[in-house]
Amino acid sequence: MRPFSYDRATDAQAAVRAASVRAESHVAAPVQYLGGGTTLLDLMKLDVMRPSALIDITGLDPKRFGSVEKSAAGLRIGALARMADVADNKLVARDYPMLAQALWLAASQQIRNMARLGGNVLQRTRCNYFRDTSYAQCNKRDPGSGCAALDGHNRLHAILGTSDQCIATYPGDWAQALIALDASVELLGAAGPRAIRFAELHRAPGKTPHIETALAPGELITGFVIPGGPWRRSLYRKIRDRESYEFALASAAVALDLDGDNVRDVRIALGGVATRPWRSAAAEAALKGKPLDEASARAAAEIAFAGAQTRAHNAYKLPLGKATLVRALLEAKAMEI
Amino acid sequence: MHPERDDPGLTRRAVLTSGVAGIGAAGLPAFAAPPQAAASPDAKTGVAVKLRINGRDESLALDPRVTLLDALRDHLNLAGTKKGCDHGQCGACTVHIDGRRSLSCLTLAVAAQGAEITTIEGLEREGALHPMQQAFIDNDAFQCGYCTPGQIMSAVACVAEGHASNEAEIREYMSGNLCRCAAYPNIVAAIVQAAPKMRRG
Repeated sequence: MRPFSYDRATDAQAAVRAASVRAESHVAAPVQYLGGGTTLLDLMKLDVMRPSALIDITGLDPKRFGSVEKSAAGLRIGALARMADVADNKLVARDYPMLAQALWLAASQQIRNMARLGGNVLQRTRCNYFRDTSYAQCNKRDPGSGCAALDGHNRLHAILGTSDQCIATYPGDWAQALIALDASVELLGAAGPRAIRFAELHRAPGKTPHIETALAPGELITGFVIPGGPWRRSLYRKIRDRESYEFALASAAVALDLDGDNVRDVRIALGGVATRPWRSAAAEAALKGKPLDEASARAAAEIAFAGAQTRAHNAYKLPLGKATLVRALLEAKAMEI
Repeated sequence: MHPERDDPGLTRRAVLTSGVAGIGAAGLPAFAAPPQAAASPDAKTGVAVKLRINGRDESLALDPRVTLLDALRDHLNLAGTKKGCDHGQCGACTVHIDGRRSLSCLTLAVAAQGAEITTIEGLEREGALHPMQQAFIDNDAFQCGYCTPGQIMSAVACVAEGHASNEAEIREYMSGNLCRCAAYPNIVAAIVQAAPKMRRG
């Protein structure tokens, strides 16, 4: 690990002022926020991230930054809330089962105890060419160097939202539930607070895979707002190489509002298969107003993966991703609420 | 469960350290400088770190890069906590921070100030093993033993969280602790045995 200075923030605005330095992106900035540290310290040990200053934000006011509260706008979850606490929150589990499931199906209890939700959505890809600096080619880690995954071991890589510069999978689970529910993100920057749709937080790799989000350097995620909705019929299904403590090969976040067998409203997001949190509005549109059965679920899955581009070792994700979505839709329909 | 502290005059660690120093004295290259040299406060980078571990206050001067795991093992002679992967993937370094099981390899020592930290050395009470420690012995819940301190710390928290109501739940909530000897069936059995004893207090 390279040397860095460590400071503990007690005031969010002061922390943001100190962290708002010139940099090409928030991940390349020399000043980084330290929450649970489960991504940042890992990547610093690997020499993938090289900040010269850390600002520990875990001491910020837990009432404002770490709580779960119901409001007129829906549910507000502070960015410093721990994965384990929100996974066990009864209100979350009752009104938005997919939000709780996407948390407890992720990581291990130790990591869920440490990791905060603001950092959770910003976790970086598990692409081994990104994480291992002995590979010279990685456009995300070293812009313009190329992509070793395109013709390398790409079994775990994305098939949706890829570019000829990067096919790294976005690894997170909770982000899929957030994008499905059209959550918004509260941000605090040098110019003050703002809010954006969660769907606008992450960028597709395109020609600039090293710029992963819409965050300015020093901009701090302070909370998430999940709109109220009839989403007790929602779930998160995750398929992986081992049963627990593993990233998704394919996953589906599904929320249903049914009128008998007919779909009044539906939300669909896909994990493990895309370069960023991935909502499929086209698959949702295909189901709305129609009866949900195996045939319509399969048709929606075809639409969800219509633009998929597979590589040498990840073509299996196409049938696996579709089957995962079909299963999630039918299991959500069968839920007793 | 306290091999490091059974005999303060001749601990396993002290033997290892003096053995290495002895080689150095025999004329081999000087890489065998005593480990204390690395722990000495550096006026430029060392920062004062106060930790509360197993009910005791400890004052150290550390480079901010030192993890809680390395502070325990290399600076406080608490080597019961093990370093496996050092990247948060194996669980060998599990300790309790304010009662929550956490990975000491991904926690900076400087960031753990103000918290109540419990390690495997802090589980016993007045010389008696914690029920979970005893259950691991009774159920032969280890082979090589390297993952065991992390398994036990994780298991104690698993029960305290209320995530040990049946074998399936125990397996799910213990998945952050890998055992390359695959002693998993016996680890689950040990937790099943210890859970009611812990609940009775």
